[in-house]
Amino acid sequence: MEYVSALLVLSVLGGALAALLVAADRLLCNYGPCAVRVNDREPFVVDGGGTLLDALYARRIFIPSACGGQGTCGYCKVQVRSGGGGVLPTERAYLRAEEIADGVRLACQVKVRQDLTLAIREDYLGVQEFTAVVTAARLVTHDTREIHLQLTQPPEIDFRPGQYVQVRVPARGAPTFRAYSISSPPGRKDAVELLVRRVPGGVGSTYLHRVQPGAEVAFTGPYGEFVLDENPLAELVCVGGGCGMAPMRSILRHLAEAQPLRPCRLFYGARTARDAMYLEEFGELQRRMPDLHVYYALSEPARADDGWDGETGFVHESVRAHLSEGGERQAFLCGPPAMIQATRAVLREKHVPDERVFADEF
Amino acid sequence: MSSTLNTAAVILLAAILTNNILLSRFMGMCSFLAVSRTMRTSWGMGLAVTFVTVCTALLNYAIYHGVLVKGAPLCPVDLTHLTYLVFIMVIAGFVQLVEMAFERFSPALHQALGIYLPLITVNCAILGVNVLMIDPDRSFGLLETAAYGLGSGLGYLLATCVMAGLRQRLEHADVPKALQGLGIAVIVTGLMAMAFLGFAGVVEL
Repeated sequence: MEYVSALLVLSVLGGALAALLVAADRLLCNYGPCAVRVNDREPFVVDGGGTLLDALYARRIFIPSACGGQGTCGYCKVQVRSGGGGVLPTERAYLRAEEIADGVRLACQVKVRQDLTLAIREDYLGVQEFTAVVTAARLVTHDTREIHLQLTQPPEIDFRPGQYVQVRVPARGAPTFRAYSISSPPGRKDAVELLVRRVPGGVGSTYLHRVQPGAEVAFTGPYGEFVLDENPLAELVCVGGGCGMAPMRSILRHLAEAQPLRPCRLFYGARTARDAMYLEEFGELQRRMPDLHVYYALSEPARADDGWDGETGFVHESVRAHLSEGGERQAFLCGPPAMIQATRAVLREKHVPDERVFADEF
Repeated sequence: MSSTLNTAAVILLAAILTNNILLSRFMGMCSFLAVSRTMRTSWGMGLAVTFVTVCTALLNYAIYHGVLVKGAPLCPVDLTHLTYLVFIMVIAGFVQLVEMAFERFSPALHQALGIYLPLITVNCAILGVNVLMIDPDRSFGLLETAAYGLGSGLGYLLATCVMAGLRQRLEHADVPKALQGLGIAVIVTGLMAMAFLGFAGVVEL
């Protein structure tokens, strides 16, 4: 008798609690349909409760997002004009005071609970999702892989040199995105090349180091605000570290075809000689571009690198040593934040105006 | 009737000062230490704990005396061995409700308290209050239970907010490296507990 009553009491109680929670969920977490208006276009309706980023992606508006909505990259900034609610603590880490005053928010943290109006950059509306097939993959250093992706749907991509794509990384739960710069020149529209450095535990690099030729890869793009100055007399200064080689390759291979007489300087920083990549390729490019100067700088040369005849030290020191002061030029930096900060300081010493310096931080 | 109110008032005061659930019985320490870093989270957490404690104490009182106790009106069989299980289920369900309400009505507070809300479920302070109020030595009635629950919650709120104030000052103090953060916080808690001992004898519970 006691067993029966114990079981009965527990079941009834458990059932009552569960029913209560389901009712509360229906009542409290149900926000109803919400109209989202982007850039004064026709508003579209979503079921409230999800994040703004998810709502936009469901509508195939692919704003940049490197961390897949976790609130750790700060890429998904949008300007919310109304309906966004208060700024959350998780967003404040990535927003400056002026941005908050302007209504700039992180789309992955804003929950859609009511009608929302927002503004995004017009070129984000042109970003598409592409599917491609891996046609080739090879290691160019011990930890960096060059991957060739042939586009299948849509068959062509229009991008500027220096832009990046976001590769969709299949993961348990929601797919996540990781950003990689395009390393092939824009003249080639039906394929893109990516350079991926293996990061231990990194979900994107692990995936891209495992895909084999024949595998299908999806990505969105192109993203990136860098615009190459078309002036053939403006000197182009590229300063890169680690995987920052990718956009440089795109820019310089593009110039080798479009403006081979353009004065260019490439400064590339690596730790040891085995981290330096594309030495032969740039040697070949220098033959086609008489005014291209390439400097590799090793910051921690190993003992086996005694035969290294290039520079040693940090890459920004090479810039200081080899760049003349003044002159019409444009600078493109791509590398870790410390490298970019140091290089910006050197460029200021050489009288390069801040608005002529573009930096891609990762 | 007035004597029950008197008893209830006494219990309320005692639960806040003399028998402070945090400083006298040292229950609910982990969330206390985690949340007492800023005043804002302390307030939010303290109020949440108070609300949950009062409501679950009343609910569990009703269930205990209505169902579990031998000879109870709804089920005469002695089911007191199910006490902990039932109490925990009720507390867990209730906290889930509170979390949903937070998310709906105050997203900023929901973000700030984040992980702490589910921690209330296993906060021993709340289970402690629930278990202590059914103690046969005390024979609490409904009003006394409500007073005890409210008092414990408010006592927790008081201790957490005082701690938050102290910790905000400690940030600018010259604390030895090994004690920075949790170390000095626990020492200060002990000192606060000693201070609250001074209330002993003010009210008897």
